[in-house]
Amino acid sequence: MNYKLLVNIAKALLLARWRQTMVAAVGVTFGIAMFIALQSFMTGLNKLLDGLILNRTPDVRLYHEIKPSNRQPINESPFYNRNYNFISSLKSANARLEIYNSGTILQSLAKDERVRGFTPRITAQVFFNYGNNDINGAITGIDVQKESLLYSFTDYVVEGKASDLKNVANSIILGKGLAERIQVNVGDVVSITTSTGDQYSLKTVGFFQSGINEIDKMQSYASISTTQKILGKPGDYITDINIKLKDLNIAPEVAKEYAQLYSTDAEDIQTANAQFETGSRVRTIISYSVGITLLIVAGFGIYNILNMMIYEKMDSIAILKATGFSGSDVKKIFLVISLGIGLSGGLLGLFFGYVLSSGINHIPFNTSALPTVKTYPINYNPLFYVIGILFSLITTYLAGMFPARKASKVDPVIIIRGK
Amino acid sequence: MNITILEAKHISKDFPGPSVPVRILSDITFSINKGEFVAVIGKSGCGKSTLLYILSTLDTDYEGDLLIGNENMRGKKENQLAKIRNEKIGFVFQFHYLLNEFSVLRNVMLPAQKLNKYTEQEIAQMALQKLEMLDISKLAHKKPNQLSGGEKQRVAIARALINSPQIIMCDEPTGNLDKKNSEIVFDIFQRLTKEINQTLLVVTHDTSFAEKTQRIIEMEDGRIVSL
Repeated sequence: MNYKLLVNIAKALLLARWRQTMVAAVGVTFGIAMFIALQSFMTGLNKLLDGLILNRTPDVRLYHEIKPSNRQPINESPFYNRNYNFISSLKSANARLEIYNSGTILQSLAKDERVRGFTPRITAQVFFNYGNNDINGAITGIDVQKESLLYSFTDYVVEGKASDLKNVANSIILGKGLAERIQVNVGDVVSITTSTGDQYSLKTVGFFQSGINEIDKMQSYASISTTQKILGKPGDYITDINIKLKDLNIAPEVAKEYAQLYSTDAEDIQTANAQFETGSRVRTIISYSVGITLLIVAGFGIYNILNMMIYEKMDSIAILKATGFSGSDVKKIFLVISLGIGLSGGLLGLFFGYVLSSGINHIPFNTSALPTVKTYPINYNPLFYVIGILFSLITTYLAGMFPARKASKVDPVIIIRGK
Repeated sequence: MNITILEAKHISKDFPGPSVPVRILSDITFSINKGEFVAVIGKSGCGKSTLLYILSTLDTDYEGDLLIGNENMRGKKENQLAKIRNEKIGFVFQFHYLLNEFSVLRNVMLPAQKLNKYTEQEIAQMALQKLEMLDISKLAHKKPNQLSGGEKQRVAIARALINSPQIIMCDEPTGNLDKKNSEIVFDIFQRLTKEINQTLLVVTHDTSFAEKTQRIIEMEDGRIVSL
């Protein structure tokens, strides 16, 4: 089959009506450009919002919850073990929040292949003294280096230096909202009261802003050793272990496994944030449906133009068929025309989509909720460009198929007789 | 030397009428030998054009048998017939049917490019040669819409000749032309039969044209009245 000839004929027919062709191609260009821009913007936003949660949330969190034991004496007693025992108003006897054997757990986690990293944490409830008032708050003891690595902790420190937490003894980084409430600046000393009544003075080395106001008004960070000191606990005292896995999706099984292995409580990210995936999915569906709608509209434009072209070129089709071009040759010519419009329009669409999305990427977007973000987020995923060009080819193919079929069925006898 | 190029055997055709089918052609049987210049004449509506479309394989809805170069056309698929037309039949219609998007040369080259037997250069060479033979080589790079009616028809003849077909079929080739151009076209046909022993089948109602051909087939009401 002489495809070069068919393409040549298609090209000549296209260029003969280049204005109409351009209008059709512009339709595709517009559709694809909008699709790319929308997808890039939407998924950029998705990633940002997911990041808000994912950056701060461990995939698996090990902790020890204060709760009554599952094994109650009455159930153990042989006398009552055939009965169904109802026990109400159970209270926990052992009020320890710490994870038992934390040293061993940390060692075995370091060897686990599935684990990307983990950070030990201590949470402590404290009061911040502000004149005569005590303001409720929390100190989380962290390992700054590990936190920065796994949860980009430094990104959220808006004033001061995160590393000072380690380098300066008895130091604290306050939430921005909290600092405003108790009116301290970087370098000032804050005094705190622990739940057991002890008082401590800590030096403020920085502020952080998480983007979630509630947290910023309550939360503060200190190093692990400082926190242990405040609580009067030994060096192996740890209340949480936050684990990041290499693969987020195995979090539920891993959580279950660890809960058994280390006899602690374990919570996975899917359980902790069940709603966040739903949100991303809905946004993705919206942007796909908008893109597809635009392309369908462009497809109808192509359909119309090809139909018109066929009526105009009846004579040409008739003579091509008379001189030896078969119906399928004619069909191919019109499909090539359609795909040509799709390809040129689509490629231009990719270009303009890129331009448009990088334009959006330069629009300032300052919000106190997201300290690290200065412009609207864009996700430059090459996959969107692949999908975009495939979409443009598929829609133009479908739009061209019916007119092409019609052209292939033109009976040259009827045309030639009519002259 | 009598080689049969085209043979029609008992060809009949009906058109669906209001109540009963109307018989357009009935029992047409004749054959054309190589090098013959045949004119089919008859009043308009006598079925001569219909016959031409059947003989040229464009119309496949008929009874009887059609043999081109001893090959029966019955039962052939659309793309096979297209191939046969491309290789063995040249067309000249009343209207020129040139593609305005292409130059004269490309228009002439088109059927040969479809045949795909020679390279692009060879085809261009052959096309130029045909144009030269018809005395219009200087028009090769013009667009068809810049040409006069007579010139267009000569380009159409060049296009019909490009694949050296066994037979050229013409439907009122002079119908749109004035006397002078008609004569030019006739002279070309005559030269073709003499110089390259080209077989020609011309449907016309121009009796002065037909009288100058070697053989006249006269039709009336779907029948051949004289061979």
